[in-house]
Amino acid sequence: MSETFGTFHPGDEESAVQENLLLSFSPSLLPLQQRWRNNGLSADFLADYVTTFFPKDEADPASAARQSTVKGAVSYIANELLENAMKYSESVGDVHPITIRLVLQTDRILFEETNAASPPAAASYRRFIDEVQTNDPSDIYFRKVEAMAESGHESGLGLITMVVDYSASLAWRFETLADGCEVVTTQVCLEI
Amino acid sequence: MTELSGENYAARCDVADHRVTLTGTLRLNGLAEYAPVVALLSEAAAGAASMTLDVSGLEFLNSSGIAVLSKFVIEARNRGDLALTIIGSTAIPWQGKSLQNLKRLMPSLSIELR
Repeated sequence: MSETFGTFHPGDEESAVQENLLLSFSPSLLPLQQRWRNNGLSADFLADYVTTFFPKDEADPASAARQSTVKGAVSYIANELLENAMKYSESVGDVHPITIRLVLQTDRILFEETNAASPPAAASYRRFIDEVQTNDPSDIYFRKVEAMAESGHESGLGLITMVVDYSASLAWRFETLADGCEVVTTQVCLEI
Repeated sequence: MTELSGENYAARCDVADHRVTLTGTLRLNGLAEYAPVVALLSEAAAGAASMTLDVSGLEFLNSSGIAVLSKFVIEARNRGDLALTIIGSTAIPWQGKSLQNLKRLMPSLSIELR
């Protein structure tokens, strides 16, 4: 069974001009703490890779700023998606790896992060999605920040900042597996 | 002077000058791992009428780091008697957006972008 929320952009259009990078991680291979630094390394790799397609042109001063903006956005979004995956995914071995795919299309960059989630984690994520879809993102951001300052617990700020600070759009797909776990795909679309 | 450093970042607190400087890339795991950075900010703010946070050399900050800065700004706002200045850089993309969000949390916050 599969369920989607938000506008899911196809990442596999054969006709579209696109570049495609896929990184895959086994959550059970190394403890979270020992692999945390790899989130940043992977995000920076994806961001550096993308800069090739936004070259600096000495005759056009705006090109350097554009490259820097795209690089910063890719690095931030990819790192947040991987941090969330490491925090919230269910360690059920190599069968359900954490993956992140970056698809570079002519007018957008798509990020697709996939991980397995336990039923309670998936239910909690669905409540968050419902909140995001029915409220103004900026209102949610400031409400969450004020609540976090009171409670000391942060939650969902990474995804909200993608929308508020980078004007990205979000979509989700849940697929239920035979073992009761769900494979959750979070897609972030960055218009360029 | 109190200093902290990690794999890709450094944090320095000049107590006499009430100034904290963060540089590099800060992507620590959750609010708990940011506790030493929070302690530096608190040290600079303690008993001060004004303080400066310089992030003009902080190239990347994850959402947990943004949460930490937001929490600090809210606490400064709630304290009511701390004049807070944040120095940022126009060359670092995340700062333009995130620092304006901090300003919305604390309207009296002074932001200098260089």
